[in-house]
Amino acid sequence: MELLAFGDTGWGDELFYATLMTIAVSITAIFVGFLFALIFTPLKLSKNKFLNFIANSYTTIIRGVPELLVIYLFFFGGTGAVMYVASIFGYNEYIEINAFITGAFAIGIISGAYSTEVFRGAIQSIDKGQFEAANVLGLNKFGKFFKIILPQTLRLAIPNLSNVWQITLKDTSLISVTGLVEIMRQSYIAAGSTRDPLFFYSFAAVLYLLLTFVSMKLINRLEVKYSRGH
Amino acid sequence: MDLELMINSFPKLLSAAVITLKLLSVSLIIGLFIGLFFAILRLNKNIFINKFAYGYSYIFRGTPLLVQIFIIYFGLGQIEYLRSTVLWVILKEPYWCAIIAFALNTGAYTSEILRSAFQTIKPGLIEAGKSLGISNKIIFYKIQIPIAIRQSLPAYGNEIILMMKGTSLASTVTLMDLTGVAKYIISTTFKPVEVFIVAGGIYLFMTFIIHNVIKYLEKKYSFYQ
Repeated sequence: MELLAFGDTGWGDELFYATLMTIAVSITAIFVGFLFALIFTPLKLSKNKFLNFIANSYTTIIRGVPELLVIYLFFFGGTGAVMYVASIFGYNEYIEINAFITGAFAIGIISGAYSTEVFRGAIQSIDKGQFEAANVLGLNKFGKFFKIILPQTLRLAIPNLSNVWQITLKDTSLISVTGLVEIMRQSYIAAGSTRDPLFFYSFAAVLYLLLTFVSMKLINRLEVKYSRGH
Repeated sequence: MDLELMINSFPKLLSAAVITLKLLSVSLIIGLFIGLFFAILRLNKNIFINKFAYGYSYIFRGTPLLVQIFIIYFGLGQIEYLRSTVLWVILKEPYWCAIIAFALNTGAYTSEILRSAFQTIKPGLIEAGKSLGISNKIIFYKIQIPIAIRQSLPAYGNEIILMMKGTSLASTVTLMDLTGVAKYIISTTFKPVEVFIVAGGIYLFMTFIIHNVIKYLEKKYSFYQ
């Protein structure tokens, strides 16, 4: 237990901040993922073959290639890509992107592919009559989407989105390879300097279990909220 | 685009893919037995056995695979007692540590897949077996297991693909699998995009093959719907 003391003598406070970092990266990543889903779900549902192809390539590639490989692509390639874009605008200094942004973006792209599939499934399972009823009521496009389709999509999507959240949360452990100090990285540092890997990695496992447990409870509440009337 | 690098790295990555496939197949086979074992425990009416099996699958599904590998590879070596037993021959090898972690992980998911398959078998089929005077044991092996396997094929296909992606974590414990070699080439040439395209292409090809094999099996074993 001394190992977990707060302050200079133990690793308690470090691991606490690392847990906050894991939560922050996961939340950022899932929202980046939602943004990607917002772009690619309409493309998937579109009647245009070319747009379909783009969206399908995105989800197929991301879901068929290991997360770690995608993270390496962003970790090693991210700086180069940003500097290339900056050089077009005439800025030639070295730019370093912070590990948080690279990590959240890489995990976000991965989680976006899963979210896209979830939203596509949810929208497709909404009764056609709902779309027609919205048309009959004379709602404009935005009204139709935000008042009729989105609330129903959310109800259908939440159980599957909770799976996406679990995957995203666990995937953030892979960002530790880029040096971002989240739970895994902090445990690695602590294990290295105390020579007690068994304890610290087991403790990391407990922290992840705690995070998944608490988030499941919260998501269940959301599920109840969005399924009222059913 | 550095086409030359792509062509040169292709054979290296391809031979690394063989290690990936080895890791995948060995851990899937062991994992299938672990999964079947725990799925049967989950059907047990004894609450302790049931909770034990649930706890196993909960822990392995609720924590990242990376933590599991690190606990087994870095953590278990710390226990002095283990070092003196025969087990140490296996546990000092990163290859076997990775396989143990993968097998336990996929076993947890497989047990959930099989459990739900067992539970969705219509009671009428078991009753039909009973009324024909077939013993419980044969009903289990000849009726429940074949139907459960057929029912769980689509979900198990997904699990195989997830596991294939999971084997990339073997590179974190010094194994040179496809991702490990890809990372090595990236960090020596600083050409991430080219290497990603080749390595990602190989992964996608394997996904494609697995997907189609499962589809074929689903069709072949669609004797009962």
